[in-house]
Amino acid sequence: MVQASREQARRYQAFVRQYHPPRPVLRNCVLAFLVGGTICAIGQGLLNLFMVQGLPLKEATGPALAVLVAMGALLTGLGVYDDIGRIGGMGAALPISGFANAITAPALEFKREGYVFGIGQRLFQIAGPVVVYGMVAAVAMATIRIVLGLTGTGGAP
Amino acid sequence: MDGRGPVLAEGEAGADRRTARRTPQRAPRRLGKQTVIFSHPPAIVSAASVVGPMEGKGPLAEHFDVVTENVLMGEKSWERAEVRMMIEASELALKKAGLQHRQVDWILAGDLLNQITCTHMAARTLDIPALGQFSACATLAQGLAVAGMILDGGFGRWCLVGCCSHHDTAERQYRLPTEFASQRPPTAQWTVTGAGAFVVGAEGDGPVITHATLGRVVDMGLKDPYDMGSAMAPAAADTIWQHLADTHRRPEDYDLIVTGDLAHIGSAILVDLLKENGLDVGDRALDCGAMIYKQSGQDVHAGGSGCGCSATVVAGYIMNVLSRGNARRVLLVCTGSLHSVTTYQQGETIPCIAHAVVLEARRPGQEEDR
Repeated sequence: MVQASREQARRYQAFVRQYHPPRPVLRNCVLAFLVGGTICAIGQGLLNLFMVQGLPLKEATGPALAVLVAMGALLTGLGVYDDIGRIGGMGAALPISGFANAITAPALEFKREGYVFGIGQRLFQIAGPVVVYGMVAAVAMATIRIVLGLTGTGGAP
Repeated sequence: MDGRGPVLAEGEAGADRRTARRTPQRAPRRLGKQTVIFSHPPAIVSAASVVGPMEGKGPLAEHFDVVTENVLMGEKSWERAEVRMMIEASELALKKAGLQHRQVDWILAGDLLNQITCTHMAARTLDIPALGQFSACATLAQGLAVAGMILDGGFGRWCLVGCCSHHDTAERQYRLPTEFASQRPPTAQWTVTGAGAFVVGAEGDGPVITHATLGRVVDMGLKDPYDMGSAMAPAAADTIWQHLADTHRRPEDYDLIVTGDLAHIGSAILVDLLKENGLDVGDRALDCGAMIYKQSGQDVHAGGSGCGCSATVVAGYIMNVLSRGNARRVLLVCTGSLHSVTTYQQGETIPCIAHAVVLEARRPGQEEDR
């Protein structure tokens, strides 16, 4: 076996980098902004719709998010959301519809392995780390607040 | 690893004298350090390829025997579809060769899934004694080399060599669920959905396998599974360099030097690595991964990959090139990236390998010239 030393590996990495096409960062940013912005605009539209129906802001966010999640899941099932993600990148992944996609995609994918070892075990394959570290971050922030003696109203909804 | 460029150190030409002395009754069938030469070159009497719809829209579509209409092929899972492709390609190759299953001594085949399950499920249906092969995407060359050794050694009359891969089965095992919304980097490659099968005979009409050079594992310290072309190029360079040293040949002795799935980025790196080591392959270098899809419009980034990539392109396109006389001698170098999800997640670098076989067009009845 030929294994490169650390120095050789570093040299080779630098050497191959010149062959790699540059990532289209600007194009990706613009597309992420447009796709993410569109999803957020739909979310805002839904929120306004529920508020016009008479719900106060705090109670209207729930159903608006639920509709976005359902939409994300439905589009994943129809095989459309991965195409949106390919174009929109983080713009499609970051809104809550992207979270729905991260749950629905493994559910679809691993249904063939059954409801326990397939869907049950794999459902949070992608979203799991987000949930885990989201909670860790929440605990850390709360600890900081307590240590600094800050009191609040219980955080954002 | 010293003094001789990044990869190609320790090359050694000339036959190993000890081996030659121990078997004085036979002509030595080992050349140099890593090459075997077949005294009675086995012939590829038939080949068949089955590909998915996306490959069927690529530039090589006309060369494939079967283009399926969808990736599930009416099966209940993608894995089943992959098995179906392997069986169909094998049956078709046998039919073209005019052989029955029971006449074949061994099936030497492989795929990319854990425990090469697709291969063994196909072998279960084909009911031919099976010897599973794995060196990731270099499996085709490994299968042809081992078949050559078996047949030249007199351990059989017919071997069936095959490889298959499926984009969706590979994606869900190695990467992410297929419906997950993610953006792939420009260095990423697209696993080919397809299977190729070859009937190799101790005698028969068709291109012959004259040499095989089995590669060593080369690891240049890259870790990114979305950049396999860059990781595998040094392994290909190493095997090509060693093959030429062992056989005392030059790149000019080959009409084509065909690599498996370095794709656009990896093959550019390979050409320059060889140039650094004094080998100019010029426009002889072709790459199956770079040829199978359109460079733009199919959204495959750097190109194709997978064992099905070299298997279908060789079974379809390269066999046609040889039989139509557009090339007489081809060096086929299949490249494999030997990582797994576990090694990648544990931060290991990617070990790579390349195996090579020499394919030569022979007119029926023509004697070998060595």
